[in-house]
Amino acid sequence: MDAKEKICRRVAKMFRTGDVVNLGFGMPTKVMDYVPKDLDIWFDSENGIMGLGEPPAKGDENHDVINAMGFAASMRLGACCFDSAMSFALIRGGHVDYTVLGAFEVDESGNLANWTIPGKRIAGMGGAMDLVSGSRHVIAAMTHTDRDGNPKIRKKCALPLTGAGVVTQIVTELALIDVTPEGLVLREIAEDTTVDEVRRLTEAPLLIAEPLDVMEW
Amino acid sequence: MFPSKVTTVEDAVRHLKTGMTLMSGGFQCCGIPETLLKAVSGTDAADLTVITLSTALKGRGTGILIHEGKVRKLYVSHIGSNTETVEKTLNGELECVFVPQGTLAERIRAGGSGLGGILTPTGLGTPIADGKEILTVNGKEYLLELPLHADIAFIHAWKADTMGNLAYHYSARNYNPLMAMAADFVIAEAETIVEAGELGPDEIETPACVVDVVVQGEPVRARWEV
Repeated sequence: MDAKEKICRRVAKMFRTGDVVNLGFGMPTKVMDYVPKDLDIWFDSENGIMGLGEPPAKGDENHDVINAMGFAASMRLGACCFDSAMSFALIRGGHVDYTVLGAFEVDESGNLANWTIPGKRIAGMGGAMDLVSGSRHVIAAMTHTDRDGNPKIRKKCALPLTGAGVVTQIVTELALIDVTPEGLVLREIAEDTTVDEVRRLTEAPLLIAEPLDVMEW
Repeated sequence: MFPSKVTTVEDAVRHLKTGMTLMSGGFQCCGIPETLLKAVSGTDAADLTVITLSTALKGRGTGILIHEGKVRKLYVSHIGSNTETVEKTLNGELECVFVPQGTLAERIRAGGSGLGGILTPTGLGTPIADGKEILTVNGKEYLLELPLHADIAFIHAWKADTMGNLAYHYSARNYNPLMAMAADFVIAEAETIVEAGELGPDEIETPACVVDVVVQGEPVRARWEV
């Protein structure tokens, strides 16, 4: 199982029946694949759908039903559509339980940087700044280190922020970490790593939860 | 009986002149007024300021205007899927003002609703807050974001009646109903145009009184049909 699948599988275990969940651009959209089909989750799509479903079979696409990435989607029983003001009223207004986003960097204060690398990457923030400002839980779902092995969980984000003090939990292929007023708390750890290795790959200091659980995918 | 607002695409886009501000609805390739955007290619309108959620893909949606070099300034939330917009922004050909998606919706809504601005927590503590006023209400901080208004709006509707009432379909609503309220001159392209009276009061989302002209749109092309 690769790192991304581990991350998506762990995130998918967080939800309970009735939760309203927004899966962000990129890797987080794959979380839906691992949520048990018998759980009644409201998947929110920022382009104006409450009740998003799986990608349709080829030939069943509807050009007016897309996900936030712009690809063909479906709608579940009870779904509805609305304009972008309503869409972000739901998001900003505290009606979304979980937002799952990727990140370039997260820091010990729960700051999130995921929208720009000045001079290099200027995709734009899309809905990310609104999502993190209004959701009850903001989960940064990301690989523990960058491509060069540098820690992505920092003492202080160096990149421009998407939101200040917004992240509530970090899920990587190595660890599940809570963001608390006391600092970052390592709550779960992957079977194939150690606390020392996680500490070595994390720039910010980590408090260790008692008991420290093993991550389940 | 009100006269029909239906006109040709060529007549409609003649209203767009050099230097104007244009709002264009759509999310990626969904609900984009692409018939109108394509027709702008054939006019000498240039030096435009465009307000739109995204520039879709290269040569699609407002990406058509980017490709033709008709845009000077862009108010936009996401350009990542259009490499041409990214290149032109990085090399300085295009001035790109990034607006968070929900803030963009509310600024447009404010522009069409007679509001002097909106107060939002979105963007606090980020570069988006630079130079903007922060107000404290009931102990919570908010950014003051100002209204957006345009000279012309291009709207994509599912159905229009000849009077100019508009109905939308599924997630092709997005920014279309908001932009229809926020421009001096509103041009709607519809997938289907029906006679007055065929759209019922519960189906109509945008009232005819805010729509100036209606044109027949070409068949919609989804992203996966590129």
